[in-house]
Amino acid sequence: MSDEGLLTACAVPPPPGSEADLFPIRVRGLKNAFGEHVIHENLDLDVRRGEILGVVGGSGTGKSVLMRSIIGLQIPEEGSIEVLGSPITDARDDDDIDIRCRWGILFQGGALFSTLTVAENVEVPLREFYPEIADDLRHEIARYKVLLSGLPAEATSKYPSELSGGMKKRAGLARALALDPELLFLDEPTAGLDPIGAAGFDQLIRSLQQTLGLTVFLITHDLDTLYEICDRVAVIADKRVIAVGTIPELIATDHPWIKSYFNGPRGRAAMAANERNAALGTKGQEA
Amino acid sequence: MGDFPHVTPTMRATADFITETDADGSAALVLTGPLTVSALGSVDSRLRALEGPFKAVDLSRASRIDTVGAWTAWSLSQRFGAQIVGASPEAERLIGAISAVDDNTAPVEAPRLPLYLRVPQQVGGVMIGLGHGMLLVLGFLGQIVLAGGVLIRHPGKFRLRALVHQMELMGVNALAIIGLMSFLVGIVIAQQGAVQLRQFGAEIYTVNLVGRLSLRELGILMTAIMVAGRSGSAFAAQLGTMKLTEEIDAMRTIGVSPIEALVIPRLLATMLMMPLLGIYSAAIGIVGGAALSALTLGIPFFTFLARIQEVVPLHDVWVGLIKGPVFGLIVATSGCYQGLQVKSDAEEVGTRTTAAVVMAIFMVIVLDAFFAVFFSEVGWG
Repeated sequence: MSDEGLLTACAVPPPPGSEADLFPIRVRGLKNAFGEHVIHENLDLDVRRGEILGVVGGSGTGKSVLMRSIIGLQIPEEGSIEVLGSPITDARDDDDIDIRCRWGILFQGGALFSTLTVAENVEVPLREFYPEIADDLRHEIARYKVLLSGLPAEATSKYPSELSGGMKKRAGLARALALDPELLFLDEPTAGLDPIGAAGFDQLIRSLQQTLGLTVFLITHDLDTLYEICDRVAVIADKRVIAVGTIPELIATDHPWIKSYFNGPRGRAAMAANERNAALGTKGQEA
Repeated sequence: MGDFPHVTPTMRATADFITETDADGSAALVLTGPLTVSALGSVDSRLRALEGPFKAVDLSRASRIDTVGAWTAWSLSQRFGAQIVGASPEAERLIGAISAVDDNTAPVEAPRLPLYLRVPQQVGGVMIGLGHGMLLVLGFLGQIVLAGGVLIRHPGKFRLRALVHQMELMGVNALAIIGLMSFLVGIVIAQQGAVQLRQFGAEIYTVNLVGRLSLRELGILMTAIMVAGRSGSAFAAQLGTMKLTEEIDAMRTIGVSPIEALVIPRLLATMLMMPLLGIYSAAIGIVGGAALSALTLGIPFFTFLARIQEVVPLHDVWVGLIKGPVFGLIVATSGCYQGLQVKSDAEEVGTRTTAAVVMAIFMVIVLDAFFAVFFSEVGWG
């Protein structure tokens, strides 16, 4: 009806109860390689609707490459990837149906467009997919998204170079949430933040996930983030996902990397902190 | 993979609204349909044109809601002082989240001065910027002189490898493109000169024209322009990007002077290679002119080259050689200076690179005019 002038239409949500609805991300038999160097081989992964899935793995195991494959930035050699029921592996830029309006992505450094203000950054996806939205409403949407991301109202008119690292991440989150997506991809959201800022960002992700009903794919090295907000954790090692489950389930397995990851000094400290918080009842303190 | 019937293009459902009046005369605004980002764009302007009063904003007939719908309902209720009724638990949650962060402040917009103040302000800003820029350039030249002094006292600090690397990048790697360009320019000069000189029956003077013009002016000028576009821009972009990634700050903290490590090798490489490239360019230009003369004017190729020796005075070669290092200095200084001025973002790298090339070519041409006057005054005409 109001589709004239639109090159791409946003994909409609999959029907409730369908497999694509229960598992918004399904990866099967994924193989990624850079030349001779094989990153992933025969990698399978399912992400459940409404969960926060943490993805961990040693440096260079291809966590970011997995995310880039799922969002279509890296063309895999083999395997299939479905996001919300749409195949990513044979998607093209000129497809009629665009899955990209159903996800939001926060890159590691925020990846804000440096020549645009924060508010204009948030408006970019809105302009791209919904040009019929008038300026007034678009400005208002950008403003409350910035506020929802925990930035002050003054930040809307600032340029990325005027923001601190933590503020850039929040602004990047506001842009990722611009289209009210169902899926949120976060690449090391707490890396480079101070512990207070990181804890605040964890809480922000948790509360937004609950309020907006998001499914979150979260790459992290931060053990506190894993304990605090992740429903399940997927471990990448040996070129595939070797285990997916809650942290107690993972600790019960006897893979050496998982053992040393969760039972190392940092892992034990994070677990102790989590138990203390749970005992104090502060874990459920989301807004 | 199977087929995906749910992703076929469907007509987008749109949101709408109706107004309902109760028995007691109070009106309610009823929002219907999906209240989502994809559906609200077309109805928003009509909602803004509505005039109240409304007692309630009714969401009971909304099929779906996202934060844009929640924002719309919340801002309507704020505008009319109305109650939100009939909200689903999901809508309640979203509206709650939005009302919690909305601080009711007016949107922040940069104050905009009236035109009669803005014009003088901008002119003044440009003038002050120009004056400031002159000081910065002087300061930069001073830094280079100081760093040069340090290197003369401590020759061990000189980075020979960097110098050789830069000489290869900006000199040797430019041979092909400068050669091709000079060859073509030589052909054009010979052809155009021959057409004019033929009117006097003086076609043989094409040799003088091509030889003297190439060695004195065109060889070095075209080379300077090509090096400004090829290497001056590269210097600005490299140093600008290094500034953005804090590499230059890192150097300073380690005790490495960026002027010594980055600027001096580039500057010296350009000053050393420019006269060589200029002579090379002139030689290829002469070969181009000779080739054309052999083909169309009937002057044999080697006769043309032999005549060059007779008709071109030696001081023409000196003129070209003297201008070379000066032009090189200008091109490299403006490239490095503009690169080191980058402060904020990727866009500035672009504008600074453009500025470096424009400034270099402009300065080269202005100085070339001065040189022309100077050399004719000293009798090297």
